[in-house]
Amino acid sequence: MAGLRQIAMQGRAVLGIVLSQFRTLWRVLGHTFTRADTVQYPEQKPALSPRYRGRIVLTRDPDGEERCVACNLCAVVCPVACIALQKAEDAHGRWYPEFFRINFSRCILCGLCEEACPTYAIQLTPDFEMAEYDRRNMVYEKEHLLIDGPGKYHDYNFYRVAGKSIGGKDKGEAEHEAPPIDIHSLLP
Amino acid sequence: MVGIVVDGEPHEVPAGGNLLQSLLSLGLDLPYFCWHPALGSVGACRQCAVVQYRDENDVTGRVAMACMTPVAEGLRIGLKAPAAVEFRAGIIELLMTNHPHDCPVCEEGGECHLQDMTVMTGHTFRQYRGLKRTHRNQYLGPFINHEMNRCIACYRCVRFYRDYAGGDDLQVFASRNQVYFGRFEDGALENEFSGNLVEVCPTGVFTDRTFSAHFTRKWDLQTAPSVCVHCGVGCNTTPGERYGTLKRVINRYHGDLNGYFLCDRGRFGYGFVNCADRLTEPMLHGQPVTRAEGRARLRDVTFKGAIGIGSPRASLEANFALRELVGPENFYAGCADADYAMLDTIRRVLASWPVHSPSLREVEGADVVLVLGEDVGNTAPRLALAIRQATRNCMLAAAAELKIAPWQDAAVRELAQQVRGPLFVLATTGTRLDELAEVVVRRTPADIARLGFAIAHALEPAAPAVSGLSDEDRQHAESIAEALKRADNPLVVSGTGSGEPAIVEAAAQIACALSRRRKQPASVSFVVPECNSLGLMLLDPKRLGKALESAESGSVPAAIVLESDLFRSARTEAVESFLSRVGETVLLDHSPQATAHRAQIVLPVGTFAETEGTFVNGEGRAQRFFAAMSPRGAAMDSWRWLAEAHPRHDWQCLDEVTGACAAAIPVLARMVDAAPRADFRIDGLKIPRQTHRRSGRTAASAHIDIREPQPQDDTDSALAFTMEGDAFDAPAALRTYSWAPSWNSNGQSIAKFQDEVGGALRGGDPGVRLFEPVQRGAAPWFTEIPRAVAAEPGVWLTVPRYHVFGSEALSARAESVVERIPAPYVALHPSDLARLGHADSVELNWHGFREVLPVLADDTVVPGTIGVPVGLPGMPCGPCPRTLALRKAEPHGSGVST
Amino acid sequence: MSVGSPLNIGLILGAVIATAAVLIWVERRLLAVWQDRLGPNRLGPLGLLQVAADMIKILSKEDWVPPFADKGVFVFAPTVIMVTMLTAFAVVPIAPDVGIIDFNFGLLYFLALSSLSVYSAVLAGYASNNKYSLYGALRASAQTLSYEVFMGLSVMGVVMLAGTFDLRVIVEAQQNLWYIVPQCLGFAVFFIAALAESHRTPFDLPEAEHELVAGFHTEYSGIKFGMFFVGEYIGITLSSAMMVTLFFGGWHGPLLPPVVWFVLKTAVFIMLFILIRGSLPRPRYDQLMAFGWKVMLPLALVNLMLTGALVLMVGSDA
Repeated sequence: MAGLRQIAMQGRAVLGIVLSQFRTLWRVLGHTFTRADTVQYPEQKPALSPRYRGRIVLTRDPDGEERCVACNLCAVVCPVACIALQKAEDAHGRWYPEFFRINFSRCILCGLCEEACPTYAIQLTPDFEMAEYDRRNMVYEKEHLLIDGPGKYHDYNFYRVAGKSIGGKDKGEAEHEAPPIDIHSLLP
Repeated sequence: MVGIVVDGEPHEVPAGGNLLQSLLSLGLDLPYFCWHPALGSVGACRQCAVVQYRDENDVTGRVAMACMTPVAEGLRIGLKAPAAVEFRAGIIELLMTNHPHDCPVCEEGGECHLQDMTVMTGHTFRQYRGLKRTHRNQYLGPFINHEMNRCIACYRCVRFYRDYAGGDDLQVFASRNQVYFGRFEDGALENEFSGNLVEVCPTGVFTDRTFSAHFTRKWDLQTAPSVCVHCGVGCNTTPGERYGTLKRVINRYHGDLNGYFLCDRGRFGYGFVNCADRLTEPMLHGQPVTRAEGRARLRDVTFKGAIGIGSPRASLEANFALRELVGPENFYAGCADADYAMLDTIRRVLASWPVHSPSLREVEGADVVLVLGEDVGNTAPRLALAIRQATRNCMLAAAAELKIAPWQDAAVRELAQQVRGPLFVLATTGTRLDELAEVVVRRTPADIARLGFAIAHALEPAAPAVSGLSDEDRQHAESIAEALKRADNPLVVSGTGSGEPAIVEAAAQIACALSRRRKQPASVSFVVPECNSLGLMLLDPKRLGKALESAESGSVPAAIVLESDLFRSARTEAVESFLSRVGETVLLDHSPQATAHRAQIVLPVGTFAETEGTFVNGEGRAQRFFAAMSPRGAAMDSWRWLAEAHPRHDWQCLDEVTGACAAAIPVLARMVDAAPRADFRIDGLKIPRQTHRRSGRTAASAHIDIREPQPQDDTDSALAFTMEGDAFDAPAALRTYSWAPSWNSNGQSIAKFQDEVGGALRGGDPGVRLFEPVQRGAAPWFTEIPRAVAAEPGVWLTVPRYHVFGSEALSARAESVVERIPAPYVALHPSDLARLGHADSVELNWHGFREVLPVLADDTVVPGTIGVPVGLPGMPCGPCPRTLALRKAEPHGSGVST
Repeated sequence: MSVGSPLNIGLILGAVIATAAVLIWVERRLLAVWQDRLGPNRLGPLGLLQVAADMIKILSKEDWVPPFADKGVFVFAPTVIMVTMLTAFAVVPIAPDVGIIDFNFGLLYFLALSSLSVYSAVLAGYASNNKYSLYGALRASAQTLSYEVFMGLSVMGVVMLAGTFDLRVIVEAQQNLWYIVPQCLGFAVFFIAALAESHRTPFDLPEAEHELVAGFHTEYSGIKFGMFFVGEYIGITLSSAMMVTLFFGGWHGPLLPPVVWFVLKTAVFIMLFILIRGSLPRPRYDQLMAFGWKVMLPLALVNLMLTGALVLMVGSDA
């Protein structure tokens, strides 16, 4: 009896496998009557969210200064190593990139640079229409990348938080900072 | 060895150390800040907490600071015990309360010990909501940037700067969490070891100002093991390149040599590599030509029967290639004849006398030090730092008697106060070590030599006696000899700086006398002027003067000058005459200099950062250096230019030249062992010069060519210009950078590459010592003792003076160093100056040329002598005359009193 | 108009090749529909001109023969599949008056030619001189040999019932009852074998791109690749036509003219082929062989015995 039951169970399993193939066919066939998801680009433009990962820009802080401080974190996190930059410093200690180059012919638009950026300077935008006939035109320098606004993050200004003095913001004037210590004071 | 138990696991550690050091030596990770292998423990930061258990039944234990806990048999500790982990997390949170949230704009970011320890401790969220204390920064000179907000008050900077390096212009001010580390007012840090603050500071309070000017994160630097070229000590360095610029030089730990520290000349002198006026194209009569053309001209010149002038700052391989090209009989040394004589003595003494040439670690272990006629602090700063440590040995011995461990830094210093071990400085002028010396004797060079011979005689009567010594000097000789006799580990230091060959001989004589007395080789350390002075001498060149003389007779059809400026080595008129009589002159060099303007053919070569080769330092240690970057323009390795011009040799790679050199010169036979050969591989791969995190590969040159360049092939070494391969397991001589998981900072990650922390590198410190003391051998005493020089009226005996910044030609070209170079001057004793009528400047007769120079009154100058700074830009060129006639400069004076 | 007239031959040849070409478009559109996409819809009405574009592209591509290939065989291989598939079509009875040849061993002829077509894959794989191609060729030959066995056995039931190998007679014999009813098991085996014979997903292991790049035609491009491609589509059409002929009453059907019925029925099977490609995953190669020998062969034999028993019980003219 046990043998019979086993055969029955196996038979049911085989039947299940066979029926599953038919069920698959049926369900795929059912898609004949569902709407296509295709967007007829370029006549129809897709609706892209503001956080879509397209062309990379460099933004400015609310005061209109370059946000990028040339910390190199975007470059080091880039899996295809397509960001190169060089730090420079103005007379008042503010860091900025002397050059900032993205080779978009290598960029995979993964957005890791944006995640790594401590100043919200580098941001990905919903613009993806960047095709060129010449690969050399896909090398963007700082003047091509830099935009005039703050991008997605309107209020953030790295130097208002960081305790490094720059032109227009002295020591002790950043958020949560006490005035500079007078080391000549004798008070305990 | 004692057995300790860490987290239930038994371990064997050396007895007598502190627990922190022992744990790190075991390869365990324990966060720390204030402790430093070279500085010892003070227990200030409270970061290295562990739980210490009484016995195996104790489960609670108590929190103890590992750096202050001596290891003892049966010590049971918990590294991962919750109490310890929590304690450490609490400490780092407290240390971070005032930290200013500016890592992106901090030069330390990416190689910051504070970042590493914060991550290691797991502090990821800031709970402190109060105000952060802030500080104003100071201007600390051209080398160091100051950002006090980042300070965590570990006190490492002042402990290094004041206690270790002897600086006195960095101090700690104010109290409690307001403490401030800085100078009493803005100004350059005076100590010549200030650059080490960058590596000593666990965070970014002190950062490299020259590096910041063209900043690149550590992970983007292309680095290679190298050897400093700015003096003869041969400190190991790691130069780093990015975008074709040499960005910085940092210390590369070497257990026997520089250890954890470099001098500022070695650290900041690299700027000459980046100078815009470098020689980059072959020039024929001032017109640029192709490499092939340059090579053809060099070959033509060789066929004419050229002589070769070797270089004390070019590699052994380059010098050897030149020697092969022109023949040993036509090979001359590109250094002044006086230096040649002294180096020749040093070479003979090291090779065949029963004396030992100590490494810097051995220097640090000396208990009595005699410095003879050398301003070590200015000519070989790192050696002076080692001597400074040697003077502490007496207080360490006193501490040991009280059972205070040597690493108990505060306790040892408290015990010793200002007591320093016996250091005798016999000098021709004031030196940087005078402040530490028990006895300072300043005499004319000849008198210093006589004093030295007298000491040798006092030590060993067989040595020739000195007649006509003053009573004072006789007393000095006897007391110094007495101290040397009593010493367990005496050391004599001398060198070529004085310009007086007898001083070198006297130093050797003293060491030899000591060896005789002690029946074992005594240590004598010679300071040589350039990074490969000794190496050049081992190739047995002839004196430069001979070349100049033979040119006078018109028998020199052409000359090939390798990486040296003849105008620095011989009198201007002699060089001028030489160059005009020689048919054609070929110069191989990397930087423009006086000879370059006169040579018909100039072939560009790479600097130390762009080429590979072997240097022999003053200790007699052959060390290989490697290229961190490719040479500019059409520049090539010197040896390659010379090898390509050779009619017979077909040398394709450096190993072949090294091998040929080792085969040809018996004393250099072991130089091939200085580093693994070019076919060395780990898992079939070369050692990468680039870190595994390197960025920008596909963008760095995209604006020039959209296709990524193929990595440059390096046939000369086992290093590759790529990021592929294993840099971690590389042998010490090939270690391109110091990095280990969780340890990003240069100074701290090195622990992962050492046998034990602060000891030798894994697999042995790199380089090979070429000389071992000859055990037996008749002491061939120097018998020619110079006569005391009688002062002549109106004529001053010149005494060379050295400056860390300025006396060495290459570093003097570096932009940052230029700021620290003193203006040209001559120094006179105040009494002599008074005799001259208190002049502001003097007029002097320099090899027949009239020169006017400002004069300084300096009471360390021996009366009757005139201190002349060597090599300072703006000084008259050529080696300084032995005597100078001078008079007060007249506003419109024309004559010179002779 | 009668069977074998030149007009017939010309029309059928044209229709078959046109079908194969249009199938490229049909397959892409149908797969798109089932995957909620649109497929090629830009060229001409409904994207129909895509066929023309594809043809132009494939004809104008560089005709590349790899230097390491066995040149003669390399060129010859793709013609084999085209020729065998097209000549096999000769025996297909499309309608009473439509067809190329009336041949009393038509079924055997079909079996023979469909087996011959494997030479195309074998020769292509051999001539390409490339390990992936060779693997593809080996798989194709083993797979075709195995599935050929029970493909032949599966139709023997039909032959027993009809008592002939003549396809027209077989169609005539289904006037009252399509053979799908007595031969449902035979049809199932035949259908699966036909899938395997035509190297279609899920049995496209000879060109499994996830492991063999493109199998036996890895090195092919341009028109030679096109011939493989078209040959495969003719194979699908042929298999569908044979299913209709053997099991679904050929041209029989009410109201509409016989040709239309035949074309409609064939079209349904072609679409079924495409549906299967869009739905089922590919098995492992060992699973494919095990399935063939351990499941399909016994099933075919069982079908043969049952049919034989039935014929003996009911009488041969049932």
